[in-house]
Amino acid sequence: MPMKLLRGLLVCVVFLLAGCQTVLMAPSGDLAVQQRDLIITSTLLMLLIIVPVIVLTLFFAWHFRASNKKAHYDPEWDHSTILELLIWAAPLLIIIALGAITWVSTHKLDPYRQLERIAANRPVPADVRPLQINVVALDWKWLFIYPEQGIATVNELAAPVDRPIQFKITASTVMNSFFIPALAGQIYAMPGMETQLQAVINAPGEFQGFSANYSGQGFSGMHFLFHGVTEQGFAQWVQKAKASGGDLNRDAYVKLAAPSENDPVTYYATVAPGLYRAILTRCLDPENPSCMTRMDLSPHDSGDSGAMLRSGQANGMAASATHPHSD
Amino acid sequence: MLSHPDLAKLIFGRLTLEALPLHVPIVMWTFVVVALGAIALLGAVTYYKLWGYLWHEWFTSIDHKKIGIMYMILGFVMLLRGFSDAIMMRGQQAVSFGASQGYLPPEHYDQIFTAHGVIMIFFVAMPMVTGLMNFVMPLQIGARDVAFPFLNNFSFWMTVAGAMLVMTSLFVGEFARTGWLAYPPLSDIMSSPDAGVDYYIWALQIAGVGTLLSGINLLVTIVKMRAPGMTLMKMPVFTWTALCTNVLIVAAFPVLTAVLAMLALDRYAGTNFFTTELGGNAMMYVNLIWIWGHPEVYILILPAFGIFSEVTATFSRKPLFGYASMVYATVVITVLSYLVWLHHFFTMGSGASVNSFFGITTMIISIPTGAKIFNWLFTMYRGRVEFELPMMWTVAFMVTFVIGGMTGVLLAVPPADFSLHNSLFLIAHFHNVIIGGVLFGLFAGITYWFPKAFGFRLDPFWGKCSFWLWVSGFYFAFMPLYMLGLMGVTRRLSHFEDSSLQIWFLIAAFGAFLIALGIACNIIQFVVSFKNREALRDVTGDPWGGRTLEWSTSSPPPKYNFAFTPRIHDHDAWWMMKKYHWQRPLSGYLPIHMPHNTGAGFFMAVLSFVLGFAMIWYMWLLAIVAFVALLVVAIGHTFNYDREYYIPADEVGRIEQSRTDLLASHV
Repeated sequence: MPMKLLRGLLVCVVFLLAGCQTVLMAPSGDLAVQQRDLIITSTLLMLLIIVPVIVLTLFFAWHFRASNKKAHYDPEWDHSTILELLIWAAPLLIIIALGAITWVSTHKLDPYRQLERIAANRPVPADVRPLQINVVALDWKWLFIYPEQGIATVNELAAPVDRPIQFKITASTVMNSFFIPALAGQIYAMPGMETQLQAVINAPGEFQGFSANYSGQGFSGMHFLFHGVTEQGFAQWVQKAKASGGDLNRDAYVKLAAPSENDPVTYYATVAPGLYRAILTRCLDPENPSCMTRMDLSPHDSGDSGAMLRSGQANGMAASATHPHSD
Repeated sequence: MLSHPDLAKLIFGRLTLEALPLHVPIVMWTFVVVALGAIALLGAVTYYKLWGYLWHEWFTSIDHKKIGIMYMILGFVMLLRGFSDAIMMRGQQAVSFGASQGYLPPEHYDQIFTAHGVIMIFFVAMPMVTGLMNFVMPLQIGARDVAFPFLNNFSFWMTVAGAMLVMTSLFVGEFARTGWLAYPPLSDIMSSPDAGVDYYIWALQIAGVGTLLSGINLLVTIVKMRAPGMTLMKMPVFTWTALCTNVLIVAAFPVLTAVLAMLALDRYAGTNFFTTELGGNAMMYVNLIWIWGHPEVYILILPAFGIFSEVTATFSRKPLFGYASMVYATVVITVLSYLVWLHHFFTMGSGASVNSFFGITTMIISIPTGAKIFNWLFTMYRGRVEFELPMMWTVAFMVTFVIGGMTGVLLAVPPADFSLHNSLFLIAHFHNVIIGGVLFGLFAGITYWFPKAFGFRLDPFWGKCSFWLWVSGFYFAFMPLYMLGLMGVTRRLSHFEDSSLQIWFLIAAFGAFLIALGIACNIIQFVVSFKNREALRDVTGDPWGGRTLEWSTSSPPPKYNFAFTPRIHDHDAWWMMKKYHWQRPLSGYLPIHMPHNTGAGFFMAVLSFVLGFAMIWYMWLLAIVAFVALLVVAIGHTFNYDREYYIPADEVGRIEQSRTDLLASHV
């Protein structure tokens, strides 16, 4: 009975949060929805022990107050094997449950993992290929390159509803974090390295995106709108970019990458071939001693030097200093 | 002569008049106020002819009790600075919406949140924790001082030197604009060419020397200097937590030193440990700094757990429930604290197996922590709980801390963390455990041991005002941040577009204002207590009916702490002594061997400050001079053979007799 009460109470709180437009409690992307469910499940599980502890603390403090001479006083009582077993076992059981949930959900919701569904009970159709978007965090704006469409945008993102998206993410100089709360969790954007995010948006609309890792002077202005649109709307949006006429060649990129704040939305109709890879491998200037083609930093070599530098996405490992010949 | 550019460069490095904030009115006014305050303080000290007293009785003192008190004063003064930063941030975030940019441009705001984090952790929490351990632990184990008394004084002054460098950055140059952990590439020389990050590095390196040495010192003291009969399992719980904390300090701080040294090499010598160039990798820095950073959290919280254990047992009039499991829980936390660092960056792209491993190890820590909470709970059970201030802080802690613990475990679930990482939810979480855990613990500890240190209790009325303001202020200030985190608001923003968020920031600012009043009450409490000290006097040495050895000696304790080293038969040694009607010996005193005061530590710290300042501003000549001078003083001090003396037996007798008279006059 108290459990039911508790659950009812929590559901009320959740609705309250949704009412206050807490995007994390009312997201629009399947991944974020599952993360929301996980937050609620974990919280409920922990409240099983947290609520009794708070209640008991206040009750004991009040009941055993010095002025309450009716309360039982036992000045020597400091040990009880059964009680001690219980107080270790209770949190242990909860952590076993939560640990199991953690193991499963961390693998299932791994941002590198190919999506298997676009929403609950809606598997990804066999013929659908994910939309590729390459993301570059610049000082202090976001560059999005659509390799299939051949366009690029600054500080604006669009994707069709219910189509899986594969983001490949890097940065030009410092660390940022690519985060669209309504869509999915965040992942760091780091220079010379690539991280990935597989996600899908299930509802049309405009969603806030931003950098969730402080990156310097212009950080506060580093936000963008993510448009969830229909397939048709997406085609129109691509057309709009193509009609803008801008060309993101290497010179234009170097100019764009110079530090600037609160940049307006910009569209590029064409993108220099291999630009994203050149940014990622730091080979915009092929003479740059850090250019990974020159350094021949193969992923296998770097893999030995530390757990974080492993490359293969198959084993789910992180940020890879990508092999320049692998494409 | 100084117009010659090379010579000026040799002497002043890159320090120019530009570095002084002459064109920034807000900083200039702060400087004027601080300078006037300093002049008034120095003037007063001179007027009342206190220099000799301060120098001989305090600055050069190697008495662990005085050093402990000086650490607490440093921590409290720096709390005022760190809190000013906090209230400026709250003010900025409460008004900076839409067209309004607030009153702090990013270059100031970014320094302020960096300084706030650095100061609160390194120069408030650390000195206060170290100060309490310094003051209390030797008394609890029946020792006359720490193992290396000179080192203790030196450690303190090095911490002060680090703090002074941070304060200097306010008026000469700027502080880092990188966040309190200064992740590269943002903190490398390309992205942060100015002196800010160098202030950060040198302040932490210099203070770090102090922290590490004090860790070794206290560790050796606990291992080697316990009173006869006090086996490990008979140590007071606070001493146990001090032991574990110092193990953590000794094992973790060298990692910080190394990682900052590598960052410094990247900045000064052009190496590429953490750059994006030539195979360097910033992820290595992030890993290393958290391999220090996570144990650091437990360095702060474990002594607070110790304080709550002492306080709960004392004011429940019962022994601590489950002493052994409390000790095991502390040790388990100590070990586990090294196995969780990656949970600070699940979002850096590690694989699912790595992330779940660190997520689950993190959750496992909540098991011993939970056991501790239950132990305190069952200490109150069947007790006679007296709600003196320390006990009020403890109950507030238990209720507040479990909420912070819950949100912490939530953040340890990697997929949840992907949504909540770096958000204001995270900010709310760690303030929830640091304020609700460490700070409440420190306040409990200060109130609890204040009469031991000064011989009079703190005024309870102003203490209660402070308590209620702090506790309610905390909830007002940080519960809205949990909400904002769920709304997807990230940390360290100086401006917001969405004005619907403003109401939450206004509530948070109101909370910060309540905390400001709480701090004001703290200060009033000190002043009022000092004025009423005769009425609040503790003549017994045992004002709370304590259980551990520190309450067996007078308040304040004599220089030598104990005229006779006590023999220990059980934990709660003093409780046992009282139970079996132990009689204070009144004769048979022997001369007591004590260490001499020395100014060497003070001078070495001053020279370290100069060295750090010179390195920050590339004043190579001054740096060399300061470094050589530092070596000379350090080596010179080794030739000081006049390091110890004996307090004659009849002087011990006189001091003990005066206590006998005092006790007799108040029966």
